[in-house]
Amino acid sequence: MADKVKNIDVLFNPLSKNNPVVVQVLGICSVLAVTAKLEPAIVMGVSVIAVLAFANVIISLLRNTIPTNIRIIVQLVVVAGLVVIVDQVLKAYAYDASKQLSVFIGLIITNCILMGRLEAFAMGNKPWPSFLDGIGNGAGYAVILVIVGFFRELLGSGTLLGYQVIPESFYEAGYVNNGLMILPPMALIVVACIIWVQRSINKDLQED
Amino acid sequence: MNKQSNTYTIIYIIVLVVLVGTALAATSLALRGKQQDNINADKMSQILAAALITPEKGNVVADFDKYVTEQIVVNSKGEKVDGVNAFDVDVASQSKLAGDRRDLPVFVCTTPDGEKKYILPVYGAGLWGPIWGYVAFDADGSTIYGAYFAHQGETPGLGAEIEKPQFCSQFEGKQVFKDGRFHPIAVVKTGQLPLDGEDYVNGISGGTITSKGVGSMLDNCLTPYKKYLQALAEGAQE
Repeated sequence: MADKVKNIDVLFNPLSKNNPVVVQVLGICSVLAVTAKLEPAIVMGVSVIAVLAFANVIISLLRNTIPTNIRIIVQLVVVAGLVVIVDQVLKAYAYDASKQLSVFIGLIITNCILMGRLEAFAMGNKPWPSFLDGIGNGAGYAVILVIVGFFRELLGSGTLLGYQVIPESFYEAGYVNNGLMILPPMALIVVACIIWVQRSINKDLQED
Repeated sequence: MNKQSNTYTIIYIIVLVVLVGTALAATSLALRGKQQDNINADKMSQILAAALITPEKGNVVADFDKYVTEQIVVNSKGEKVDGVNAFDVDVASQSKLAGDRRDLPVFVCTTPDGEKKYILPVYGAGLWGPIWGYVAFDADGSTIYGAYFAHQGETPGLGAEIEKPQFCSQFEGKQVFKDGRFHPIAVVKTGQLPLDGEDYVNGISGGTITSKGVGSMLDNCLTPYKKYLQALAEGAQE
């Protein structure tokens, strides 16, 4: 029973208390790059969840056989292989999204969250908890991506997933889309706002 | 077995790399057909974009077949070349050959208004990588009806602006034949005029090398079509 509770923590902690983006501040670069629109943010989030979950399981299965001195190389080979597969699948089934994300899918390989989870968790845990850890951390990353993408697309383009949300009458009344939201600096500022909200709610995350 | 020995390490990594390599090769083979379909559909929507037609999402192939009524390949003398499929011509490698040795694809498009437009592909180099596009001509062989440009990795906000409507729409209505002379459109710095008095568009501030790339791409890729466009112009006057 105690084991069950632990698994739940493994899955849900990264969503809030131990979020890889806003608490550990990992993987920030892709948050800046792919969140100008909601759709690529979602595709990127799902891709990271998939890669992270499978990489965690594979490394966890191999963990007792991997020679210590080349463990980082082994992790990289597994992650790189998975990322290329995800890239190929996107090219086949979500061509528009893959065109928008261009190099950033490939750059999942260098996402610090992946190496961090593989090294810190999968190398020392069984496959099932590792799988949950992968899903949890991937989802923690995806949630932030989607929140940032939501605000940037809504305020920057007045659309969500490409559909016009802000009614035409607003524009006639003088409302203007905020072009600054489309530019990368605003992603950083939105992330900072999320961190602010997050730390106001979770007092124990506040530092002196 | 000693897991830290060199032999174990080397065998381990070889087995791992072979396994991962096999998995990647299998994925690539399994998905190739689907990916090629997507690339073709993308190319079709780019061609239609030059003729100012936006195909319906998911219905690109049907729209392409509906509007593009004829696909031909000509040579630099303006004569039809048989046995070559216009859609499969690799414009990138053709653009590196001498003008008189190229296969020149022409996509004849009938717009919803029933007018014929002649779409020519262009390909060149920007600052960081290739740039390409499609230019649609009116039936008079001189007036540009629409243009579409794309790039692989030009600087966002600067060179990458060539794909934006603000840049592409400048080409509409420009003439490549002026006073009987053939001049592909020049791309010049805002406020300057081209040397020979040909029709021009304004380049992008801060994207000078990409803008120049567009100019020389048009020069390189449209010049071999001169005879073909001339023939079109004569046909239109009759």
